[in-house]
Amino acid sequence: MWLNPSNPQLDKKGQLHHLLTLEGLPAEILRQVLDTAKSFVGVKVKKLPLLRGRSVFNVFFEPSTRTRTTFEIAAKRLSADVINLNISTSSQSKGESLLDTVDNLSAMHADMFVVRHSESGAPHFIARHVAPDIHVINAGDGRHSHPTQGLLDMYTIRHYKGDFSRLRVAIVGDILHSRVARSQIHALTTLGCPEIRVIGPKTLLPAGVEQLGVHVYHEMRHGLKDVDVVMMLRLQNERMQGALLPSAQEFYKFYGLTDDKLAAAKPDAIVLHPGPMNRGVEIDSSVADGKQSVILPQVTFGIAIRMAVMSIMAGNK
Amino acid sequence: MPGKPLPDAEQLLIALIEQMRPAVGPETGLIGIHTGGVWVAERVHQALKLHTPLATLDVSFYRDDYQARGLHRDLKRSEIPFEVEGRDLVLVDDVLYTGRTIRAALNEIFDYGRPGSVRLATLVDRGGRQLPIAAQFAGATLTVDPGRSVALKRDAAGRLQLEVREEPR
Amino acid sequence: MKIHIKGGRLVDPGSGVDAKKDVYIAAGKIVAIGDAPAGYTANRVIDAARLVVCPGLVDLSARLREPGFEYMATLESEMEAAIAGGVTSLACPPDTDPPLDEPGLVEMLKFRAKNLNQARVYPVGALTQGLKGARLTEMAELVDAGCIAFSQADAPFVDTQVFYHALQYAATFGFAVWLRPQDAALARHGVAHDGQVATRFGLPSIPVCAETVALATILILVRETGARVHLARLSSAEGVEMTRKAKRDGLPVTCDIAIHHAHLTEMDIGYFESNSRLDPPLRSARDRDALRAALADGTVDALCSDHTPVDEDAKQLPFAEAEPGATGLELLLPLTLKWAEESKVPLAAALSRITSHPARVLGIDAGHVTPGHAADLCIFDPDRHWTIGPDALKSQGKNTPFLGLELKGRTRYTLVDGQVVYEAK
Repeated sequence: MWLNPSNPQLDKKGQLHHLLTLEGLPAEILRQVLDTAKSFVGVKVKKLPLLRGRSVFNVFFEPSTRTRTTFEIAAKRLSADVINLNISTSSQSKGESLLDTVDNLSAMHADMFVVRHSESGAPHFIARHVAPDIHVINAGDGRHSHPTQGLLDMYTIRHYKGDFSRLRVAIVGDILHSRVARSQIHALTTLGCPEIRVIGPKTLLPAGVEQLGVHVYHEMRHGLKDVDVVMMLRLQNERMQGALLPSAQEFYKFYGLTDDKLAAAKPDAIVLHPGPMNRGVEIDSSVADGKQSVILPQVTFGIAIRMAVMSIMAGNK
Repeated sequence: MPGKPLPDAEQLLIALIEQMRPAVGPETGLIGIHTGGVWVAERVHQALKLHTPLATLDVSFYRDDYQARGLHRDLKRSEIPFEVEGRDLVLVDDVLYTGRTIRAALNEIFDYGRPGSVRLATLVDRGGRQLPIAAQFAGATLTVDPGRSVALKRDAAGRLQLEVREEPR
Repeated sequence: MKIHIKGGRLVDPGSGVDAKKDVYIAAGKIVAIGDAPAGYTANRVIDAARLVVCPGLVDLSARLREPGFEYMATLESEMEAAIAGGVTSLACPPDTDPPLDEPGLVEMLKFRAKNLNQARVYPVGALTQGLKGARLTEMAELVDAGCIAFSQADAPFVDTQVFYHALQYAATFGFAVWLRPQDAALARHGVAHDGQVATRFGLPSIPVCAETVALATILILVRETGARVHLARLSSAEGVEMTRKAKRDGLPVTCDIAIHHAHLTEMDIGYFESNSRLDPPLRSARDRDALRAALADGTVDALCSDHTPVDEDAKQLPFAEAEPGATGLELLLPLTLKWAEESKVPLAAALSRITSHPARVLGIDAGHVTPGHAADLCIFDPDRHWTIGPDALKSQGKNTPFLGLELKGRTRYTLVDGQVVYEAK
């Protein structure tokens, strides 16, 4: 059950207990994570003792080497013990229920679960079920949320642009299926970004997306005009199968980020991408490797953000 | 100490500097502990015209009260602009009390490398040690009731001042 | 057995009675209302002071889970639930395992139900063999075995030509066809209404057009074939508007909504609560309000429980993986009363939606309190508060979005054929 009935992510003192989604988290908590991450970015010491003796279980029901690796690195830099579980290949396929899997892992004295699952809401489900002293971090659930990605994107924006209150931010691509986009929108809204734009074809925009507080554009140059931050999303091949798009080429023609389209944005606009990139589909190599791209720093910041989230939660009682 | 006024921090600083003057050399690494210890270290470093650049340490990640009190909100950076390995170091803090901050500082320093030696300089030693830690250099020794805390303040002009506060229950 | 129900408030929507009147029963039938017949001596007197006496409830959709799904619920437990909820007649959909497409299965079900001597069960037969939507079932045989209508349950009709012929065939004999308007392709993989909540939560969605596209096809085919069609479980504002227009145009259609949709919206998904995973999905507040208005103005004929007991394991899963459905037989009455109170609908009118109107849809002699007819009655306490919880429910299905909440209105006595089959402790 929830520690704090008015917010499943917080404990009774209003401190971060689970990280399931950026929606509903107060700005103060988001800033706490960003500020804490900042102190981890410059740390030259390889291992900090904060999570010594704690166990972090990476419970990935959906495979992902990149995200799992960054969580593992972050946990180990805090001296935590890390166990990696790819459930798709082991007990789940033998028919063990999700709850039984979680119960078994809890019995192994896990302190923290990092969960990735293909169904929206799975981390909420797990968090509702675990004992009160176990923390759950969502590493991506279905289309719903990828909170650490959203946070590292906010960190990146703050690092290069300072404060959010005067920024124009554009998110481009498959917003309908993107948990990254949803997390970015919630974070930008909470941190006070006054103008958030989503750019994509109608087939890739969710119903009533304007109600999330964004402006919708179908024409990319128009949507990128004078923006300070361009956040590109990954296009998955399945979209062509689902009759949502005819081809990657046509998508690239209208929504791929080329130098030419990027020129519509401000000259000092930064370009982000959660990775892995489909070069030549949603983004040109010349942009990805160009001077406005901050894609590689995002990865570094991502480790610091995950260290920040884990150390804040593990210290909250 | 009812009745007795607090010593002047600036006077204590002068005393501390004179204690340290014959004991430090050009290769000595001075490390101030955030936040008050950095203020003291800056003044000592300047007064002794030390060659090796000043280092600063934020021990938040090494504190032993992380489990009970969580991560500190106001985190600063640790910056050690010299090689720790084999060097003689002097840790500088403002108030030495239980000794736990120094223990954390030692742990952090040893994660950077293996120093040749580590000594401790503090502006005020108020006793009440809970660990076997001692200062080699101290501006003054004070006796303070356990229910009170001693803190260092720095005004806009950079003047240092000591303050005693009631600890909240 | 002669039973005298004394001092209750008799509400009989069919005749318009809403007054303090005693009811006299003998040999399984109502023999008098108001004054006792000459020479009448009761074997039992039921003190119905402060209680409402109404026709036994008629529920157009209750899944009894037999045959085939006994791990979710059994006939015994669900029939107990029915009478505990004041339901004396219920229709069960054909999506059992095997589906009710053979007279033998229907006869067996009717036989088992009859032996329990509780509520009356009216099976809805499968419209196509195995519910596969390819070959017609022997509808006449199934009617002889006891089916009162035919349906595809929630199974989609993929081949519109087969669909057309099925309606033509049914129309030949005047058989009623019950249909859930949902286009399988448009609803594919969807688990929530295509609105605010699905957008924020990233849940695969079912747009309203999944209902209206299917509805358009059904209504046109009704016009073409003259088949009598009952539209089951409308969920959207556009859907009821299309139905309203069809009724105005004189098409032989009736419709119902599930009781949960009269109250809840997509917001009741909360933090991915699996108990709110329903089929059709809970839609927007605007849709819910339109359903309520359609209930009030008679566009929607009946409220049903859409009782769907689901075992706990099938609900203890992430939202999209959970089995849809909610338990409902014991909540039909209090939730109808709640709707009536909130929408300021008089009690008789509200009760008609769960008695006389569904009886008319079923084509059975039920849902009224009339001398000379079977004494099927529900006697309930309209002011009794109770908390919905696993111990309070007789059904094996404890899955409800109302878990932990308090509702008002509870059955005290249920009579079928003049016998007290249920009495609250």
